[in-house]
Amino acid sequence: MVIGNLLRRDLAILLPGGTRGSAFLPLIFFLLVAVLFPFAVGPEPGLLARTGGGVLWVAALLASILPLDRLVAADREAGVFDQLALRGISEEVAMTARLVAHWLSFGPLILIATLPAAALLSLSSATFWRLFISLLAGTPGLAAIGLITAALLASLRSGTALAGLMLAPIAVPLVIFGAGHLARDDISGALFAGAFSLVLCAIAPFAAAAAIRAARD
Amino acid sequence: MQASALTARELFCRRGDRLLFGGIDLSLESGEALHLVGPNGIGKSSLLQILAGLRRPAFAPEMIPANRGRGSVNWQGSVGLIDERPALDEDAPLAKALGFWARVDNNEATSTDAAMDATGLTMLAAVPVRFLSTGQRKRAAFARLLIQGPDHWLLDEPLNGLDSDGVSLVERLIADRRAAGGAVIVASHQAISLPGCQIVDVRDHPW
Repeated sequence: MVIGNLLRRDLAILLPGGTRGSAFLPLIFFLLVAVLFPFAVGPEPGLLARTGGGVLWVAALLASILPLDRLVAADREAGVFDQLALRGISEEVAMTARLVAHWLSFGPLILIATLPAAALLSLSSATFWRLFISLLAGTPGLAAIGLITAALLASLRSGTALAGLMLAPIAVPLVIFGAGHLARDDISGALFAGAFSLVLCAIAPFAAAAAIRAARD
Repeated sequence: MQASALTARELFCRRGDRLLFGGIDLSLESGEALHLVGPNGIGKSSLLQILAGLRRPAFAPEMIPANRGRGSVNWQGSVGLIDERPALDEDAPLAKALGFWARVDNNEATSTDAAMDATGLTMLAAVPVRFLSTGQRKRAAFARLLIQGPDHWLLDEPLNGLDSDGVSLVERLIADRRAAGGAVIVASHQAISLPGCQIVDVRDHPW
């Protein structure tokens, strides 16, 4: 099973304990924001509870930029995609595996970290669950945008710096719906974020594959 | 038995605004070899990438009225490529990095151990790829090629960094491949022994 082999390799590289060794960076960044924010705005619980969820959503978005550095560029430089193409394995298949591995490398960690982060910002348990659900719906979309961005910038030398600039505008709808879910009583915000994520995840392997092919010229 | 391994027609190549070469026709029977020569930057690597299917032949409607303006490459059988990048995970031990390709290729005939043995890398199985020298990387790329086991080989500067043992190893591997009915195309600046090979000078084919 080709995609299983690719996924196995991608996970070995990207997951915590993997060979590229930056898997904990998004988690640490996410928790750092939760620690620093009360210092910056003051420890008043009401204010933190009102603003904390949105802050954590932005922190999750920014944290998802951190692994983009070598997500696609390293394999492009090593010629891995060329060798896969020679074996008739399309870039789309490779990018599908990469998308799954990329989300698994930071999504679950951030979801788990939501619990201590919510405690640090004294979020109510209702808000915590809303944040958890909306991040669960939104982080696959962040992974998809990240993959497209990383593939587009793989051939540029200063790609990482640009990744943040390119990713943020496309991710705005995710933040609006995801963080909007925190303020409303119904589930519509999370559903919209989830729908946006699904669309992005469906597009991402094709867009990223096209970017890799275009970079060959 | 003589089957045409490669038929390539009207290959043109353009990199950005530069027109590299044009009108290259290649034809190789199985067991034949071809030596691509020409100065740096003439497009030998680009030609190999076109032959590997990684790059499309350039669009040249004014030169090729038929076939919708693009040249064609047809292989009879599978193709493997060695270029300057070994496509092995830098941080993984050599055996593990090759093991990934062994699983992808699912080739029972040549195991990772056999390929490392054939390329003289058995001692380095546990060494991470990033510690390998240029010549050892080239040997590792040949191990990857043996694991893949394609019918035909495209080799871009296969002798770079190899010692004299390595050179004779590569020449022997190429001879074995040709004896088994494969076609081999080599782009190399170094002298390489390819008995009875065709020679194509890319300079003779300007756009």
